[in-house]
Amino acid sequence: MQLINYLSNVAMPLIIFIILMHGMLERKKVFDLFLEGASEGLKITLKIFPTLVGLFVAISLLKNSGLIDFMVNIISPALKVINFPKEIMPLALLRPISGNASIAIATNIMKSFGVDSNIGLMAATIMGSTETTVYTIAIYTSSVKVTKTRFVLLAALMADIAGIVASVVICRMMSYDFS
Amino acid sequence: MLNFIWPIFIICSIIYGILSGNLSQLNNSVFSGAQDALNTTMTLLGSLCLWNGLMSIAEKTKFVETISKIIKPVVQFLFPEMKNNKKITQEISMNMVANILGLGNAATPLGLKAINSMQKENKNKKQLSDSMLTLIVINTASIQLIPTTVIAIRNSLGSSNPTNIIVPVWIATIIAAIVGIIASRIVIKLTKSH
Repeated sequence: MQLINYLSNVAMPLIIFIILMHGMLERKKVFDLFLEGASEGLKITLKIFPTLVGLFVAISLLKNSGLIDFMVNIISPALKVINFPKEIMPLALLRPISGNASIAIATNIMKSFGVDSNIGLMAATIMGSTETTVYTIAIYTSSVKVTKTRFVLLAALMADIAGIVASVVICRMMSYDFS
Repeated sequence: MLNFIWPIFIICSIIYGILSGNLSQLNNSVFSGAQDALNTTMTLLGSLCLWNGLMSIAEKTKFVETISKIIKPVVQFLFPEMKNNKKITQEISMNMVANILGLGNAATPLGLKAINSMQKENKNKKQLSDSMLTLIVINTASIQLIPTTVIAIRNSLGSSNPTNIIVPVWIATIIAAIVGIIASRIVIKLTKSH
């Protein structure tokens, strides 16, 4: 587990180091390139801001009206059988459908259960390891105008479920070690 | 999709909130939600600018080629029928590298380019070919070296160690990708047209 923590901590500095070394050795205008990309990042973030406002309000309403808890409590006996944390369920359901909605709900979960809590870690790991499956399939299949998709959604959802279950299991193992 | 989900979420919450008497919380959450969106965007802004900047350096250097060389055996294993098609193999590699580096905005156009080239080789234009199906599943599995967005969010919420989820994310993604690939192989076998 210590190795995992070390690897996690060294990954980002190491990649930044490698990229900059590549740039220097190939005599690129590193800072100009950086500014180019960074201003594009600015545009992207500003572009998703209105979407996030809409979705954060919707998620906040779902949560504070008590509707999420009500629905989660209905299915919680089933979740208990498979030992799946019910707090994560709203994220697991939304993740394949909307990327920005899942950012909103994951942030909400991390905030209300604590960002470094077991549940918070699970939410973060799920966000990092899965994709907006339904959206991705839609743009790929529509760009080639294919009508017979051969259960690609099923295969992709299997991957999502595996990612979510793996996240839960790994975070449980991690927190045993921390405590 | 959101044109449907978004109003449904809000309408149902309001109905449930009124019925259960949670009106004051309902009012608070309208503004706290908007405020949370701003706070999250502010923190995302710094991290995403930084990361996009670093990645645009990576894109212009041989770093990208180095990674595509490393993943070449994987690409050949996943797309056996594309082995002799250098152009498509190249497009697939670039798409995967963009995903690995977290260049979401570059990954999608590259992936679409690859799937359109595959469609040209496809015998039945109405149906996804084996390699098209595999490409889509790989793109939904999102193998990412540094999950920047989620690290930025953890940072904004005051985590004591925002990056300590990196290895757990790697493990979970790899498991998801393996399951996805196995599932797509099964689907390919079962739906093979005779």
